Formats: sequence, structure tokens, C-alpha cells
Amino acid sequence: MDFKLSEEHKMFRKTFRDFAENEVAPTAAERDEEERFDMDIFYKMGELGMCGLPWEEKYGGVGSDFLAYVIAVEELSRVCASTGVTLSAHVSLCSWPIWKFGTEEQKMKYLVPLAEGKKLGAFAITEPGAGSDAGGTKTTAVLDGNEYILNGTKIFITNAYYADIYVVIARTGPKELKHKSISAFIVEKGTPGFSFGKKEKKLGIRSSATYELIFDNCRIPKENLLGKEGEGFKIAMMLLDGGRNGIAAQAVGIAQGAYEYALNYAKERVQFGKPIAEQQAIQFKLADMATRIEAARLLTYQAAWLESNGLPYGKASAMAKVFAGDTAMWVTTEAVQILGGYGYTREYPVERMMRDAKITQIYEGTNEIQRVVIANYILK
Amino acid sequence: MKVLVCVKQTFDTEAKIELKDGKISDAGINLIINPYDEVAVEGAIQLKEKGIAKEVVVVSAGADKAMDAIRTALAMGADRGILIKQDTGADEYARAVALAAVIKEENPDLVLAGHVAADDGSSQVPTRIAEILGWPHINVITDLEITDGKVKCSSEADGGSQVTEVALPAVISTQVSWNEPRYPSMKGIMQAKKKPVATVDAVAVENKTKIIEYSLPPAKQAGTKIEDEPEVCAAKLADFIKNVAKVEVKA
Repeated sequence: MDFKLSEEHKMFRKTFRDFAENEVAPTAAERDEEERFDMDIFYKMGELGMCGLPWEEKYGGVGSDFLAYVIAVEELSRVCASTGVTLSAHVSLCSWPIWKFGTEEQKMKYLVPLAEGKKLGAFAITEPGAGSDAGGTKTTAVLDGNEYILNGTKIFITNAYYADIYVVIARTGPKELKHKSISAFIVEKGTPGFSFGKKEKKLGIRSSATYELIFDNCRIPKENLLGKEGEGFKIAMMLLDGGRNGIAAQAVGIAQGAYEYALNYAKERVQFGKPIAEQQAIQFKLADMATRIEAARLLTYQAAWLESNGLPYGKASAMAKVFAGDTAMWVTTEAVQILGGYGYTREYPVERMMRDAKITQIYEGTNEIQRVVIANYILK
Repeated sequence: MKVLVCVKQTFDTEAKIELKDGKISDAGINLIINPYDEVAVEGAIQLKEKGIAKEVVVVSAGADKAMDAIRTALAMGADRGILIKQDTGADEYARAVALAAVIKEENPDLVLAGHVAADDGSSQVPTRIAEILGWPHINVITDLEITDGKVKCSSEADGGSQVTEVALPAVISTQVSWNEPRYPSMKGIMQAKKKPVATVDAVAVENKTKIIEYSLPPAKQAGTKIEDEPEVCAAKLADFIKNVAKVEVKA
């Protein structure tokens, strides 16, 4: 066994960290306050090659692996969870299904600009009546000549409005067939009949974009069907297997950022004549924070390593996501506690990190759904 | 044109310096390319992008760990590297001799290096290299232009700047304000491992200097706080200035 990162991954991490500290961190609090998505940060990530880490060079990628990608999400999230999820949704939820199921033409047309970070991607599955239960999808796609006609509404779509390319899940057959009549499509922003509804006002990750999508007799070319008709549910479940590991990485990054802040604060903050870090009550908190983060990181890297090596990773990524999400929520809560009254104010970043952590227990499969997934693996 | 860049691996500028057994401890310290040398690497890569330089060779003298500094420069866009294996206790003279020997062998048209290292701050090595090679040298440059076998540089001078021109080959040392070094790109990092790096032994020479002792600056003492009514405070403060701090007042 070897727990060391390769030289290449170490260099990736250093670059991600420098980039996050210099280009992302300085505006993180302000973007959160203003609920402002910053497209320029995404374009800068694209120029560096951060948007196409796992994909082959012929598709505009870097030719590295999923471990490099999760380290990128982790390092971004350490300073700004909103920027972390922007990359995670772009890579895992939009680029991945095109890479895995797309035709050569679809890859050249859509994956290349996504990998190069010239276009932003999003994925749309959730509907008012189809959250954890994707079989309840109501959005329809009806074939009419050489076009599919899309009708329906999608909600809580990360990167929406700003994204150029959307992978959309819709029903192509009778709803009685449940998940067997669900298909996946590639839809470009600007297609007539495709518009955006309300922008969500969120508790956390406030500088990530979250919008409603509205399809009103939206006609898309037949060749924008991703995979085959009826394969949509399988595509969605498979992409979420990897996507949830991106969220695990986001959670590890949030926890790491909050832990580091609380650690430094505890060493400086003097009460009763000595730094609070000399109080055992604080030491035990810090020790538990460090331990849980390390465990969450190892689970996350393991799942990424499995996927990079072509091994099954569904169970590993579910375990990583549930553990890292719960860790992020716990660590950020304790970080606010260590900072006390100051931690509760917006003068200090741990308050933002605690708000950001909550979503990692909810999206891309709630932590309850993750436990169902894990139970299915260990009981089958 | 061939450009050779000398880089030194130094402590992260935010690292907390600690002494162990009378020596500077590198335990748990992040090692980086000396930020001044990073500017030299960026400058060389820009010369290549402009089509002025054909090849950028990066050279570092130090322990095996210095390979990381070379790989980072390769990831930024340098073409190949040379690691000169040398004891970390080598002084500026020994370093300059080792680097000059490799430079003579490589025979570049231009040698770039940071004008000072962020760790020991001795600011000697580029100047010594120029002296050993008998090449012209311009120090602390903020801009550089290559024309017809000559290099013209702007450099810092007391209270202003000066423009100097010398014939190539030359040794030029850089100020940080010359440029803004790029991040290594992801593709650059992937390519760096495929780029050639040669390892050579340093020319064996004795140090000319001997470090006798390292010591950290004395810890900052807490200040004295006077709390009272304003007029009492003023009187106490005046007394402190006169009798404790002993500040002399000349009429």
C-alpha cells in the first residue's frame, strides 16, 4: 500500500492551493454576501486546465485522473465551497456523462469546450416531484421528425443560467414504465423554448448559481439524445456515483478550511491568561476534527483511485459522501463553537463554512439515500 | 538563443523558522522556488514564447529535494533541467563555482537568476558566476530587451532607474517587479515528468566562509500600558521617556 501522492499530484495540489488562495479566497466572503456567481473565476480555472483533468487530450483534457479532479474540488472548497461545487457539477454531472456515453461527434462538439473551460456545464434531473425518487420525472421529450420536443420544469439546477451546455433528464415513454422510459439529452443555452425561472435564495453556497429551468415546446435535434432512449436513468445513477465523490471532496475541503481557521484562532485567542488551545476541552475538539477530516479524505481519495483504475467505486463513493458530508457539518459547527461569539459573526469565515457545509448532506443524493445505497451493497 | 536559469529551492516565505541543534530546521517546512528565481523562469519562458529564445534550461544546485524546484520550472514551461548535487552547507563561493562549471559546459547566450534568495538573502551568487565566467553582469533588473547579440536592461538604482546595455553572453539578475510568474498549467505539470533532467555532481571546492552560529531575533517584549486619568498618564509617560527609555532631548 502507498498512501503518498505522486509527484504530479503534489504539484497539482500546490497549484490548486496557490490558485485558490490568490484568485478565489479574496472575494469569497463578498460573493457570498452578494450571492454573486463569478464567471471569470471559472474561465481562469479553464485556462489553467482545471476543468478537464480526467479527460484525454484529444477531448481537450489534461489526461490526468479522477484523483487530481477531487483534489481540485477539495482545494477550491477549502476557501470557497461555491467555487468547489461549480467545478464539481461541471465535471462530474455534465462532462462525465458526455465523456462516458457521448458519440464521437457529441464529444468533439460538447466535451472539448467543457474540458477546456470555454463553456460551463450543468445537469438537470431534479423536479418538484422528483428529488430522491428520480423515477417520478415529469419532464417529457417527444420525438417529432428529426427533433425532440421538451416540456417541463427542473429545479435546483447548479450552474444554471450561466451554463452553456445542459444534460437534461426527461421521459420519452409512458410514465407507467417508471425509470425504463427515462432518457438523457444535451441542450444548449439559447435554444428557443428553453428559459430560466427563479434564482434560489440559499442558506449556503450562495455564490454558486442555482436556478429553475423551464422547457416550453423546446425543440432540440434528435442527435442530442445522450446514449439510447430509455438509458437516462442508468446514465443519471452512474454519473451520480462519481458526482457524489466530488461532493465528498467539497465536504473535505470545507471541513479542512474551518479546522485550519479554528486551529490558528485557538493558538492566538487568550482567555484566563493562556491561549484557549491549552485548554483540554479545545484540544479534544481539534483532535477529533483533524481525525475525522483525515478519515473522510482517505475515503474520498480511495473512491477516486478506484474510479481512476477502472474498479467499482459506487459503494466507496457513497461511503465517502455520507462520511465527509457529516464530517463537514460537525467540524464547521465545532469551528464556530471554538470561535464563540466571533465565530457566529460574518467577520469570520467559519460562519459561512458552517452554512456551506449543510448542503453536502443534502444534494447529489441525501445522506439518507447514501445509506440506502450502502445498505444495498452490503446486503445484496 | 539559449537561456539558462539558475533556481534555488528555498523555504516558503510564510514558513516559521525554528532552530534545532544550532541549525535551521526544515522539518514540516514547505519548499518552493525562490520567488526571485521564479521571476527569472517566467522571464525566460516569455522570451521563448516571443520566439527570441529557442531553449530554456533550468539549473539548481542542492540536495535531491531541489528536483521539485526544477520540476515546477519545467511545468511552467522550461524545456529541460540539470540538478547539481551539492551539500546544502555549500557557501556562495562553492555554489557559484558549481553553477559556473555547468554554465560553461552548456554555453548559453543568457543566464538569468533572481538577484537574491528569500532565505539567506546573501545576494552574491549571480555576481560571482559572472565574475568566474568573465561575462558582463547587470543586477536587479526590472525589464529586458534582446537585440543583435546585445541585452538592454532597466534596473533599479538609488532613487530611480538606469538603462544598461551589454554584449551577450551575459549574466542578468532579476527584481520581482519584472513580471508576474504564471501558475504551472495542468498540461504543463503532466508534461514536466516527461522532460529530461540530468543529474551531475558539483565541482568539489572548499567553502571560503564558515557559519559560526545561527540565532533567532529576540522575542518581542510586551509593551508597558499606563492606565489612569489623562493628566496622570501624561506625567507617567513623560517620566518613562526621560528616566526609563532615557530619550535625550536637545534644545
